[in-house]
Amino acid sequence: MPNSPESRPIRVSFRRRSMNHLVTLAAATAVLLVLLPLTAIFAYLVYKGVGSLNWAFLTQIPKPVGEPGGGMANAIAGSALILLIASAMGVPIGIGAGIYLAEYASNRMGDLVRFTADVLNGVPSIVVGIVAYGVVVLAQGHFSALAGGFALGMMMIPTITRATEEMLLLVPRAIREAAYGLGISRWRTTLSITLRTATSGVITGVMLAFARVAGETAPLLFTAFGNQYWNWKINQPTAALSLQVFTYAISPFDEWHRQAWAGALILIVLIVVAVSALRVAAGRGMLKGTS
Amino acid sequence: MSNRALGSPPSPGPQPVVKSGIAADGSSRTGGFLRGGNPRIWDGLFYLAMLGCALCVLALVGVIIYELTTRSQLSWKAFGWRFFFASEWDPVNERFGAWPFVYGTIVSSLLALFLAVPLALGVATFITEMCPRRLREALAFSTELLAAIPSVIYGLWAIFVLVPLLREYFEPWLARYFGWTGLFTGPAYGIGMLAAGTILAIMVVPIISSITREVMMAVPQQQREAVLALGATRWEMIRIGVLRNARAGIFGAVILGLGRALGETMAVTMVIGNRPEISRSLFAPGYTMASVIANEFSEAATDTYLSALVQVGLALFLVTIIVNILAQLLVWSVTRGMPARGHA
Repeated sequence: MPNSPESRPIRVSFRRRSMNHLVTLAAATAVLLVLLPLTAIFAYLVYKGVGSLNWAFLTQIPKPVGEPGGGMANAIAGSALILLIASAMGVPIGIGAGIYLAEYASNRMGDLVRFTADVLNGVPSIVVGIVAYGVVVLAQGHFSALAGGFALGMMMIPTITRATEEMLLLVPRAIREAAYGLGISRWRTTLSITLRTATSGVITGVMLAFARVAGETAPLLFTAFGNQYWNWKINQPTAALSLQVFTYAISPFDEWHRQAWAGALILIVLIVVAVSALRVAAGRGMLKGTS
Repeated sequence: MSNRALGSPPSPGPQPVVKSGIAADGSSRTGGFLRGGNPRIWDGLFYLAMLGCALCVLALVGVIIYELTTRSQLSWKAFGWRFFFASEWDPVNERFGAWPFVYGTIVSSLLALFLAVPLALGVATFITEMCPRRLREALAFSTELLAAIPSVIYGLWAIFVLVPLLREYFEPWLARYFGWTGLFTGPAYGIGMLAAGTILAIMVVPIISSITREVMMAVPQQQREAVLALGATRWEMIRIGVLRNARAGIFGAVILGLGRALGETMAVTMVIGNRPEISRSLFAPGYTMASVIANEFSEAATDTYLSALVQVGLALFLVTIIVNILAQLLVWSVTRGMPARGHA
């Protein structure tokens, strides 16, 4: 409050002023308390992870217990494979459902799909794992990268759908009408004009979904299952970085603990790079060419 | 149709306006960038494809419900509703009761909310109402980053950093000064309910604070200015002008955090101790619904065992869905421009 002579009549009492300061202090403390674990986690990841990161870690497969060395190359490749399958499933369906919501849906159907997407978004990841187990693993008869990809793909869909819808709705109606006015068919307008205009926003949504599932572990426990060796077949048990970090973290071996930190570092670098890229893309403006 | 010819050089060949023209033929005829095919057929196909994607979303939720209900039938038949209140978990003799897991899930989540809510509200208030504009972006980004860290990394950090800290410093301190409550007694392992609650709190803060921020920003600026004009201090402005208007949404944010805490698996599994026991002390190890599925699903040897675990999953699914829907409704009530009523 201003303390100038003019504002004298509404002088603020000591009690109210100190309360104001107290709350400000409390809020600032809360921020510090929340930033503390954030910095601690990153500091530890870098401190512990960098020390155990070496060429062997990136190029070799795990060694048996007791032997030093070895790495997580197969887990990195496995994660890539699983995420590829997940994206192949989640991105087209997610974007398609988003297009449907933004361009075609009637009110009632739109609300139903939107509501269902929100429900899907809230399903605990471990439950997604159970479902993928029932749908893919039991049908195939064994754990597989496909099952892991199915589980993660399922988790990507709602994020992508809602982001796509939101971005498409930001595209001004006039742009669509201009395209229709030129005699361009509706589907072509949607793909080449509307979606094209919203591309960077949609990509942001896809990256967000990707970053979210890249570190997921729970749905992979009994779908991809993990593997100590190389595997490139999508119908075989496959190692994943997050799974490997989990297994090593709860093991009693120091060597494995070191490798868990290194694996976690790689995982987080991957995700932070994705999220920062997303931030940059978002900062440049969601909609190219509309303003 | 004739419009299509206007914007381009005269196209070769005749322009038969045949409604049932073959699509492939049509696209090869025009070939231009934004033109192709009989628009009706392609529009129809495109619509169907997009509708199919939307139906996929519906189907997935249907599949989830179907899988969970059919695969838990065996357990439903054997134990019924008593399943959730019996505390015996004996895979060898095939007697299953989920109460220790239900209890562990509820206690760890409530503990997490107890720790996280004040912090999250503080962070949201600071970012939206107090901090300099320049700092705002950076702080918002940092808290978002906290939400992007995978659960397994929280678990890893908790095992090697948080648990030793609890064991060496916080738990002895709590036992000494608050031991009389009965909540902080017994050996301080570090691993246990308190560790699970703490790591969950760290994970839930960014969710609650980012939604609270959204809700607070949805409060119209005039509300703030009106309260300030009456001579309020900044805190009074926040309390009367912002928090009171946003309270339904803030409550929603808290509930949403609860939903996340209930279903969280990896970090909790790594530090809670995984023992199906019920103890009043927060130092004691426990077990949650998500953890028991994570640990035992792939080694469940019998059909009843597997079915019991799926039943736990079904319960977890239903509870989180109900909690999330409730939260969504609360958040919408604020961000959709309907301020909470009942101004005193």
